[in-house]
Amino acid sequence: MPNKFPLWKNLMILLVVTFGFIFAAPNLYPPDPAIQLSGQSGAMVIDQAVLDKVQGSLDEAGIEHFAGEADGESLLVRLRDIKMQLRAKEVVQAEMGGNYIVALNLAPTTPDWLSNLGGVPMKLGLDLSGGVHFLLEVDLDSAMVVRLDGDLQDIKATLREERVRYRSFALKGNQIIGQFRDAEQAEKATALIRTNYRDLQPQYKQGQNPLSLVLELSDVAANLIADNAIKQNLTSLRNRVNELGVSEPLVSRQGKNRIVVELPGVQDTAEAKRIIGKTANLEFRLESLTKAGETFKFRNPSGQGPDARVENNAVITGENVTDARASFDENGRPQVNITLDAKGGWQMGHATRDNIGRRLSVLFIEYKTKLEKSIDETGAVIITPVPFVEKHIISLATIQSQLGKQFRITGLDGQRESSELALLLRAGALAAPMYIVEERTIGPSLGADNIQLGIKSVSIGMAMVLLFMLVVYRAFGVAANLALAMNLVLLVAFMSLLGATLTLPGIAGIVLTVGMAVDANVLIFSRIREELAQGASNQGAISAGYDRAFVSILDANITTLIVALILFLIGSGPVQGFAVTLSIGILTSMFTSIVMTRGLVNMVIGGRRIEKLWI
Amino acid sequence: MTMVKVYNFMGLRKYALIFSSVLLSVSLWSLFTQGLVLGLDFSGGTQIEVGYERPADVNLLREQLESAGFDGPVVVHFGAETDVLIRLQGKPDQTLSEKVLDVLKANNDQVELRRVDFVGPQIGEELREDGGLGMLTALAVVMLYVAIRFQLKFSIGAVLALAHDVIITLGIFSLARFEFDLTVLAAVLAVVGYSLNDTIVVSDRIRENFRKIRKATPVEVINESLSQTLWRTINTSVTTMLVLLALFFIGGELIHNFAIALMVGVGIGTYSSIYVAATVMLALNVDREDLLEHVEGELVDDLP
Repeated sequence: MPNKFPLWKNLMILLVVTFGFIFAAPNLYPPDPAIQLSGQSGAMVIDQAVLDKVQGSLDEAGIEHFAGEADGESLLVRLRDIKMQLRAKEVVQAEMGGNYIVALNLAPTTPDWLSNLGGVPMKLGLDLSGGVHFLLEVDLDSAMVVRLDGDLQDIKATLREERVRYRSFALKGNQIIGQFRDAEQAEKATALIRTNYRDLQPQYKQGQNPLSLVLELSDVAANLIADNAIKQNLTSLRNRVNELGVSEPLVSRQGKNRIVVELPGVQDTAEAKRIIGKTANLEFRLESLTKAGETFKFRNPSGQGPDARVENNAVITGENVTDARASFDENGRPQVNITLDAKGGWQMGHATRDNIGRRLSVLFIEYKTKLEKSIDETGAVIITPVPFVEKHIISLATIQSQLGKQFRITGLDGQRESSELALLLRAGALAAPMYIVEERTIGPSLGADNIQLGIKSVSIGMAMVLLFMLVVYRAFGVAANLALAMNLVLLVAFMSLLGATLTLPGIAGIVLTVGMAVDANVLIFSRIREELAQGASNQGAISAGYDRAFVSILDANITTLIVALILFLIGSGPVQGFAVTLSIGILTSMFTSIVMTRGLVNMVIGGRRIEKLWI
Repeated sequence: MTMVKVYNFMGLRKYALIFSSVLLSVSLWSLFTQGLVLGLDFSGGTQIEVGYERPADVNLLREQLESAGFDGPVVVHFGAETDVLIRLQGKPDQTLSEKVLDVLKANNDQVELRRVDFVGPQIGEELREDGGLGMLTALAVVMLYVAIRFQLKFSIGAVLALAHDVIITLGIFSLARFEFDLTVLAAVLAVVGYSLNDTIVVSDRIRENFRKIRKATPVEVINESLSQTLWRTINTSVTTMLVLLALFFIGGELIHNFAIALMVGVGIGTYSSIYVAATVMLALNVDREDLLEHVEGELVDDLP
């Protein structure tokens, strides 16, 4: 009753306050603009020599830099001026060439003791950091049509081989429809299809012509195709995005048929769209036996192989590849299983029948851009992007037997090589088409402006609330204000620790939290005033005020929390950011405005006789 | 017994009823006849924000875009004379932003691309559906919570007060032809949270007083409760309004409408927590008896 907290409660408050300050602290250290350089393949060593070269090129271009470090896999050079970041990237890319990926980066400057404790600054959303957000929709219908068309050709070939006569076989929507002249042929065909094409299910409807056969993909098969199409697109998108040189890209699936791509810091949307939309391709070519043909470099993950001269014409291209998977053969050695469509299988069979013992190469074709340095008439260095096609051999294997619709590549060095090869084969294969359904680009200056505006509105809003509380509740207002400030610190600490992303609506949420967080104190203080007015003793009024207001505060905050939760569930990106700050703010404000203010009040006037309460 | 001055709030409830009815009818009329000005998030389309170094002439830009073959572009200043927002109707196209920028760069002015938003029609439709669904879910869940924590009559009062606030906020957006986008939807849901907060605090006091004061009519109990919570209601509204004013004036164009929606909502919410919820409860003949049935549950209720 004499308003004293037990020791453990005071210690807990102290602990929470310390925690808040430590984990909010990393946000006080602004990151350095930096450029990061890594190799196109993991096998490239990036050491001091590379670092010296990069720093040399920066010195030459007159770009101030410091604290360069290389760890063997990548290197990071910090820059003095963020405006020089893009320029630095261009300079380094032009100097190092296409085998290296140069990315813009923001290097944290969190002191070691803070990062050792696990302290990290808040992540900034695209609307604050600038960057590009794409939502792509994968056209699953056309993936389905491609598959059905392949099956249709296969079925026709099978029926011809088995001498089953049909009047017609055609694709209509997502159904394959066959017409027969007599019931016997129709039955034969149905039986054949049932055994050979388990994914296709004959459909029967009432009143259907008995001489027609309607086939549909089973749900399982359709889902598998959809899943594979998305995965394949995800894989090739990731490969392409890596090439863009973005420090922390996000490529992930959203919902049934959509893919989100977020590229913080990317300014050139045209370039980003071109790279996202570009396709790699494959060509399977036989090794040339004569002097004719083209020579290509051999490149795979395990390093360089010998160059090889191959024929000018391709046997098949990536369009014919429907799938490629890494697996193991019967002896546990790595291999890649390749599946072709009907046309590709037929062409492959035709080409390999008479060429057993010869080598077959897989050529990987990429459409890239490189930066070229030139000097214009005024003597200034101009850097222009030049598109070019890069072709290299990713596999060269001896044909051991006639190949068909399905075959495998063996003789690979390890599992890593087989999975990389499968990935490249899939990346070059025809994936389902994608189109952009949502794009949001925020320029870097707008992002920086938004941060400025946000900080300004939080500080001014907060200042006004602090002043108001001080005027209205005097001494108790000071306690409420300390709690409010602490609430902001705790909110920032939790958001940093949880890895929540701060967005512009998120800042609005913080501002709103500041306004609403004092509500609990207003409730408590009003209660204390009422108790005093009713003639309660000073200490009794404080105690009763806190106790009676608690239920109202709890009810009110739980309902607001429910609303914030729903907002999080239905919202996307920025709106979720608002919901997150609002929810965390409600929780932290309950602690600061109930427990902390009580602790402060108890510490100052608890257990003593007070003449007058300054409330 | 109490030292707090009791105002006869409920004596004015007839006028409040008329006031609310007028606001609601006008809002509903506007929502049904002219609807909301849907922002890009919901309507789909392309919008491009560019920054010039010098003040830009929007009429000239509009003419240039029209002569370059763009169909009915909307070109307006955005926040500042040097900032221009271009909105393009018709079928969205992925290379649109580049084409627009090419046209603008033809003037030999320094143009900086500040922002591009492209939302496909299917996304806009989904967001519309999700938004409406979210609003209804929020109302339903809240109604359930209040019914469990308090009593059905309180719950009906609270939810009608919320619906009242949401409809009027939307109605004012519709009447004033303010753009309704995702951030405004977030603001409207925050209004739901805020208004609820207010209503709950008032209801809490009404419940407490019904149990405490034995010889009083429901109108007297409600008047006393509203008077006791009046200062708290005003002070909290003032602090919230202060920060919203900061957001409105300083927060920038992107959250301008967000701040407006919340200011309207907080204003209406403050009024509705005094008049709407309590009036509805009185109309439903709320009484001591309603709460005494719950006496057994009281201990459980008051556990923190």
